Amino acid sequence: MKRRWTLWIAYALLAAALAALPFLVEQNLGRTWVRTLDFALLYIMLALGLNIVVGYAGLLDLGYIAFYAVGAYAYALLASPHFGIHGPFWALLPLGAMLAALFGALLGAPTLRLRGDYLAIVTLGFGEIVRIFLNNLNAPVNITNGPQGVNLVDPIRLGNWSWGRSQSWLGVEFSSAQLYYYVFLALALLIILASLRLENSRIGRAWEAIREDEVAAAAMGINTRNIKLLAFAMGASFGGVSGGLFASFQGFVSPESFGLMESITVLCMVVLGGMGHIPGVILGALLLTLMPEVLRHTIVPLQKTLFGQVVVDAEAARMLLFGLALIWAMQWRPAGLWPSPTRRRELARRQQPEAGP
Amino acid sequence: MDIFIQQLVNGVVLGSIYALVALGYTLVYGILGLINFAHGELVMVGALVALSVVRTLSPLLPGLPGWVLALLGTAVAAGVCALLAILIERVAYRPLRHAPRLAPLITAIGVSIALQNLAMVIWGRQYHSVPPLLPAASHQFAGAAITEVQILIVALAALLMAGLIGLVHRTRLGRAMRACAENIQVAELMGVNVNAIVVAAFVIGAVLAAVAGVMVSANYGLAHYHMGFLLGLKAFTAAVLGGIGNVGGAMLGGLLLGIMESLGAGYLEDLSGGFLGSHYQDVLAFFVLILVLVSRPSGLLGERVGQRA
Amino acid sequence: MKIANRWGLALAMVIFAGLTGCGKKEEPPAPAPAAQPEVTVKIGHAAPLTGPQAHLGKDNENGVRLAIDELNAQGLEIGGAKVKFELLSEDDQADPKTGTLVAQKLIDAKVSGVIGHLNSGTTIPASKLYNDAGIPQISPSATNVTYTQQGFNTAFRVMAHDGQQGKVLGEFAVAKLGAKKIAIIDDRTAYGQGLADEFEKAVKGAGASVAAREFTNDKATDFMAILTKIKGKRPDLVFYGGMDAQAGPLAKQLKSLGIKAKLLMGDGGSTPEFVKLAGDGAEGAYSSLPGVPLAQMPGGQAFGDKFTAKYGQIQLYAPYCYDAVYVMVEAMKKANSTEPAKYLPELAKIAYKGVTADISFDDKGDIKGGAITLYQVKNGKWEVLETIGGAAPESAPAPAAADGAAKTQ
Repeated sequence: MKRRWTLWIAYALLAAALAALPFLVEQNLGRTWVRTLDFALLYIMLALGLNIVVGYAGLLDLGYIAFYAVGAYAYALLASPHFGIHGPFWALLPLGAMLAALFGALLGAPTLRLRGDYLAIVTLGFGEIVRIFLNNLNAPVNITNGPQGVNLVDPIRLGNWSWGRSQSWLGVEFSSAQLYYYVFLALALLIILASLRLENSRIGRAWEAIREDEVAAAAMGINTRNIKLLAFAMGASFGGVSGGLFASFQGFVSPESFGLMESITVLCMVVLGGMGHIPGVILGALLLTLMPEVLRHTIVPLQKTLFGQVVVDAEAARMLLFGLALIWAMQWRPAGLWPSPTRRRELARRQQPEAGP
Repeated sequence: MDIFIQQLVNGVVLGSIYALVALGYTLVYGILGLINFAHGELVMVGALVALSVVRTLSPLLPGLPGWVLALLGTAVAAGVCALLAILIERVAYRPLRHAPRLAPLITAIGVSIALQNLAMVIWGRQYHSVPPLLPAASHQFAGAAITEVQILIVALAALLMAGLIGLVHRTRLGRAMRACAENIQVAELMGVNVNAIVVAAFVIGAVLAAVAGVMVSANYGLAHYHMGFLLGLKAFTAAVLGGIGNVGGAMLGGLLLGIMESLGAGYLEDLSGGFLGSHYQDVLAFFVLILVLVSRPSGLLGERVGQRA
Repeated sequence: MKIANRWGLALAMVIFAGLTGCGKKEEPPAPAPAAQPEVTVKIGHAAPLTGPQAHLGKDNENGVRLAIDELNAQGLEIGGAKVKFELLSEDDQADPKTGTLVAQKLIDAKVSGVIGHLNSGTTIPASKLYNDAGIPQISPSATNVTYTQQGFNTAFRVMAHDGQQGKVLGEFAVAKLGAKKIAIIDDRTAYGQGLADEFEKAVKGAGASVAAREFTNDKATDFMAILTKIKGKRPDLVFYGGMDAQAGPLAKQLKSLGIKAKLLMGDGGSTPEFVKLAGDGAEGAYSSLPGVPLAQMPGGQAFGDKFTAKYGQIQLYAPYCYDAVYVMVEAMKKANSTEPAKYLPELAKIAYKGVTADISFDDKGDIKGGAITLYQVKNGKWEVLETIGGAAPESAPAPAAADGAAKTQ
């Protein structure tokens, strides 16, 4: 009884902290950091989506950003002057998620037999195909507006309340970045909750079984085809939601936001944090979104004093440190920074006799 | 018809470039099962080191013929790349040999980012034009134009592939490599010095990368710190297409990918009735890749169906 | 050994951090104490400083920096206080998302104005943030038409947009170069595709036919396949919409395939880098560059010399960045204030003689008149052919071969 009490207090404190965070950040660090925080939340959603495919089902996906792109474009095309359609966000976000899920199943279907690195290269190709189509479908019929991108995408709007500009409520002034923070936070929590539920469900256990031994899983009566497709579709739908949010937040989408490097970045978040472990994945997403920005803020000011006689170029140094940090982190914690307890135990056991792949 | 032959020649040249790079990928992958994402960056380092050597030497030794300079540049580049590869293997990959499969993939990406930015610090951000050291005269061949550099590239790719096949199947080192590829633990138990074999694979791969870098920069006349990434990716695709881990497969995959891109750019528009133009050449290439892998899940010449999850 | 490796890496990182940090100790000499009050005015700049376009981004930054150093040396007085300008330069990685992050960072730092961004893809999403914050933004190089058509009164550019440049290029190709069958290639970036589409419209309007429309990408080096296809169509002119790093090898491969068609490019190809990369394929190629040749503008040659002495060769947009800073400061002087809200109206009606052109803006924020100069490679150097449109200074387009009217090399 007492433990439950402390648990609730902890939750309440956490909720209060999360609610107050954008204000504390804006006051002490500036609005840039609220924006960074927004992107961090967006990447948490993306990373959790990819975590379903890579972490739970063990399917290496290098084209995950395609689903993000599908969600973003679905929202942008249906809520912008491009087609003159201005759909409401509460209809477009689920639509984007469903469309992305459809694409996920579409990708999954032909790749069911593939494993490991062969799957990686096919998913990579799929991601590129989606990007190339988005980039080129401005002729003969202009659908995506090609490389020019879709501009003036509607912000999230409810009645007269628009997330695109500052609003005051109960005498408190909320900036656009802060308003989006709460939407992103709500959806991120929803996705975390969904991930948690999935992890402990029949489906979650089936994914785990496939990850560990596909042949054995099939022998146990798991319909590996459907379960794999479900993993792709589920993961993709999370990507679709975050894509729609991205489009409304940025107000502009163009194909260059959905390149291969983005897919790789999200994969790095999942693996670095700890595949299959939700807190780990969240940590990975937070770290990899915040670190380049922290480095930007710490290295650049130092360079300011240099002018002219730059010893090591700050921008290069920032990315160089980022690369080295990736290497170092994986050596320090090969299973990720915060791996799931079961994974860690397995790894410790595997270390000894029959190692590696 | 002339146009078709020219497209075929274009494809073979491009394919040979992919093959040159893919050989390095496939060698390391065959033994460790590791996608060495940084291999493309080694190609870039090779090209830039060779360029620096040529730039420093050419005023010092004015009488030297171009190909000697190029050879010297390649030699130094090969040395630097080999050292770099040993360092990378030692620092970034070896500690992770028994880690979960995706861990080394992340370090490989880290190495790739670090190398790129290091190269940016050393060689600057601009594109470097590469002096025409190798003979670049254009020849007509059955109605198609091909330059001497391009002939050299095709010949080198074929030669290096043959050499590698010989190495893998005819020598003691090759046998040890095959043993490691089969099962690294068993090989170790059988007395194979696994670490030495892995280092050897990395060094050979690095030398191949240096050669590829010099040839690529000579063919296109430019070198840049960012040139390795996309090339590496294409080469990796080629290696997978052919069956990664298989030396002949890398060559076959490279050639196929090159020809596909070339013919795709040339004929996709006519084939699709003007709907899909040359901007969909990569779509075609990836589409064929998917088709091939769906019918042969381990590539054209790949034998093992990886049980890696 | 494992441990040693880890420590080695950690050590390397520490050393690196140290290297980047050690500048702190060698602070530049503090400016001499002034009797007057001194205010520091921050000018923001954003461009990709890492990644494939970093060479252009750095060039932009240098252009801005040169202008700011000069202005500081002049010891300007605005609003009764001595003004010291400070450059805040950010790396937007040519990524729209990072573009908005650095835009917010500049806004947080309370910059008085922003020069940038380099790419249309980052300029457009960032322009919304600048507009919300009321901060004037002058892009030196974003040519996408929509940038100034969003109804933002803070968005300006000192570079002709795709519509203006594509039209001039198209008319030049048909009327002056006598092209009848034209092949068009673009690199599928916002810039290349935008320019190529406008060019296509213009040549079709002028009565020429488009024999082939081909595509590549902004990271490609091999163009043999599309060029071979173009060869089969026998065009008399090939237009490339894209940057020099691709245009160079493209020109080279054009030659090696024995295609005799003329090569025409926009500003992206109009660089000394193109000549170097194209080798013997560069000779005879045409390109355009918005504005008037440096040598024909007062102060142009001096700018070129100063820049080259300090930072080396001009890559591409540095002169426009340099002008953008001066235009912004000119507006501050006119308004006698460095407050964005106060000098913004002055900026909208500015008339300033820059090193690239006489700069004034129309009601959208686009550069007025939009003189565009055409160049051709002769003997391995870009030479001025003629200046079209705008209020070209002096009289006739000098045939320029002699007096080093070639762009600063």
